[in-house]
Amino acid sequence: MSAVSTIARALPIPAGAGLARTLVERNARAFRHGWVTLVSGVFEPVFYLFSLGVGLGALIGDVDAGGGRMVEYAAYVAPAMMAAAAMNGAVFDSTFNLFFKLKYAKLYDSVLATPLGPRDVAVGEISWALLRGLLYSTTFLLVAAAAGVVHSWWALLALPAASLIGLAFAAVGMSVTTYLRSWQDFDYIQLALLPMFLFSATFYPLSTYDESVRWVVQATPLYHGVAMIRDLMLGDVAWGILAHVAYLVVMGVAGVLFAARRIERLLLR
Amino acid sequence: MISAHRLTKRFGEFTAVDAIDVEVRRGEAFGFLGPNGAGKSSTMRMIGCVSPPTDGSLRILGLDPATDGPSIRARLGVVPQRDTLDEELTVRENILVYGRYFGLSRAQVRAKADELLEFAQLTERANSVVEPLSGGMKRRLTIARSLVNDPELLLLDEPTTGLDPQARHVLWDRLFRLKRSGVTLVLTTHYMDEAEQLCDRLVVMDGGRIVAEGSPRELIALHSTREVLELRFAADDHTPYAAKVTDLAERVEVLPDRLLLYTDDGDATAAAVQGRGLEPLSVLARRSTLEDVFLHLTGRTLVD
Amino acid sequence: MAGRAFAFWLTNYRRVWRGTIISGFLSPLFFLVAMGFGLGALVDADAGGLGTPGYVEFIAPGILAAQAMQTAVGESTFPVMGALKWQRQYHAMLAAPLGIADIVLGHVAFVAMRVAITSVAFAIVAVALGAITSWWVVAAVLAAVLTGLAFTTPVFAFAARQDNDSGFNVLFRFIVMPMFLFSGTFFPVEQLPAVLEAVAKVTPLWHGVELCRSLVMGTATPAGSLGHVAYLALWVAGGLWLAFASFRKRLVT
Repeated sequence: MSAVSTIARALPIPAGAGLARTLVERNARAFRHGWVTLVSGVFEPVFYLFSLGVGLGALIGDVDAGGGRMVEYAAYVAPAMMAAAAMNGAVFDSTFNLFFKLKYAKLYDSVLATPLGPRDVAVGEISWALLRGLLYSTTFLLVAAAAGVVHSWWALLALPAASLIGLAFAAVGMSVTTYLRSWQDFDYIQLALLPMFLFSATFYPLSTYDESVRWVVQATPLYHGVAMIRDLMLGDVAWGILAHVAYLVVMGVAGVLFAARRIERLLLR
Repeated sequence: MISAHRLTKRFGEFTAVDAIDVEVRRGEAFGFLGPNGAGKSSTMRMIGCVSPPTDGSLRILGLDPATDGPSIRARLGVVPQRDTLDEELTVRENILVYGRYFGLSRAQVRAKADELLEFAQLTERANSVVEPLSGGMKRRLTIARSLVNDPELLLLDEPTTGLDPQARHVLWDRLFRLKRSGVTLVLTTHYMDEAEQLCDRLVVMDGGRIVAEGSPRELIALHSTREVLELRFAADDHTPYAAKVTDLAERVEVLPDRLLLYTDDGDATAAAVQGRGLEPLSVLARRSTLEDVFLHLTGRTLVD
Repeated sequence: MAGRAFAFWLTNYRRVWRGTIISGFLSPLFFLVAMGFGLGALVDADAGGLGTPGYVEFIAPGILAAQAMQTAVGESTFPVMGALKWQRQYHAMLAAPLGIADIVLGHVAFVAMRVAITSVAFAIVAVALGAITSWWVVAAVLAAVLTGLAFTTPVFAFAARQDNDSGFNVLFRFIVMPMFLFSGTFFPVEQLPAVLEAVAKVTPLWHGVELCRSLVMGTATPAGSLGHVAYLALWVAGGLWLAFASFRKRLVT
């Protein structure tokens, strides 16, 4: 909680009452009624891990995880699934769910009649997305460890790393949502996510690409998320990992600042 | 409680509220009347501290909404025009969660929820989801929810629009009780009977401006006559008849199906009309209502 | 009469077709390129790979069938619930002289058309990229449409029995997604443990994938193909029977 209010205080938008946690509480209550949806989110990355990692992995054998280090395919693909799940979860929460609350349920109209301000809305919703993401990544990490594809205790740091990915994508997702007009626009979000999911050195190494297009892949945020978690899960940690962290931190902070401003403009007319 | 001076709200080129002055005193029920688009809801949103004024000054509970928004809102109750209930939660949870937004403890909101469900006659539906409730139930829940923080000032934007007569009377009863217990009520409505029933004082708004102000009785006295005589003739056009009776009343209004004669003594005027040999199909003398004032001030043309 | 219901959905589609290009066409294309060429390079380089022809030739027909399933399920969930509950187009049709069978068949025909369009588009690209080389691709597209129908009619019946959309989440996450990943699209089901392999072979998607794949790879046998077709047709017919019952229960009270 204190972390939440510290973040809240740092934001340059009208003071709320530091009650963002009550919005998190609201979301937790709402999800008690729809727990199937909440729980079902755990399974997607696990299904991918077993399908591609284990089923297809038998056909592939070992893969170069960077720097000539060969690992079995499941160990290569597992961190990517964890990073991609963090991205997908955060984007779903901050776009689809947020849009519904904003435009249809009019949730924030009633919230803003209370002492809560736009800042509490932004911080509360992002905190909720992160908590939910933490549930998913923890479960996934346990499954991956049980499947024997986690190679190092560094992997514990993959949990905060996944939260960082979630923060970066949730903040940007929230900003984008404030511009959306109708459900049809969600197809464009899909258009940005799917190629990232498939092409960010998730399923096969960067070296598969021709030199000339590698920089495109390396420019995407998911590439950095995947690379960061892969280093941690394989215990292959060097100073270079900080570059990935820095990329995502900048994206997250810029996104939160912008999203909060946009939400204020949208709600306080 | 509320003090507004030359309060203005503009959206781009459009002026929704045009330099109005309003004073609301503690413990009274104050009404904003006006047709759609008169600026009532924009005014309410500014008072609710969710819409910054473009110009003029506004003090609520002695505080400035621009700097003290959260502390003002902590002491307000808001019933918006459209129910904004949380459909993902149950009836009871709606009150619990809303109370938590005000920083109340879990024990406090639990106790408060039971009391308010009783007040809104929703105890039996406490654990039902919100979606299948009737319009009247949802409205009562919205009002119950707005009371969770024991507000000193309750803002109601068209509290009974869209409800059936029974539901309206139940709501009025609840609002009377609140007023008796000392809550200041500020409401908008376009139902004149509602304004007469509930408001101690009211303003009529039109096109963003205040066009009249006073108690319902004062407004009738000022802008209408004591009584109105309604005459119906066997004709498609009532205009020719108007000329024949124009000197018998203070003011004559021609409607497609009847004439309205504004007068202090309806029966005497009716006798005078018959004295001139005119034979209306029907004659009705009635007391002047707020509706007459309203239509006189804001016109009969549809505004959308 | 079913033709009128079909025409209605077609008119509706003219307004929103642009968005469906992304979900219906670009996403399978992305999958084909990423998995077939990117991942395929790893598969083909390994001694344990699938041998000739390469991995991209293996998954292209798999994705063709899987995409048919996804389009069919997508078009049979929210649109059906919307027409029952939100926009209530079915009620409007029932008020006009259309019967339950017309309403269901008209809408099913529209979904089949949507599946056909995305399948044809995908097949053209797959051929252009050299992932499919046989003229039997024409038969494979028909097989994909049949696969789509095998999902359409049961899902219609399912959707008509739902009160809200939370059941769809379960359907997508626990039925469609696992089928997509484990029914032979990306790797032969023989890789799975024996029990799961048996389960995979009961799913309509596996039959659809096998049918499409054997047709374009030239390994189809008349008996095998007829078996797959018959199995899928059984799903279509059974689903249709259930859908009629569900729609009648929901619309005629």
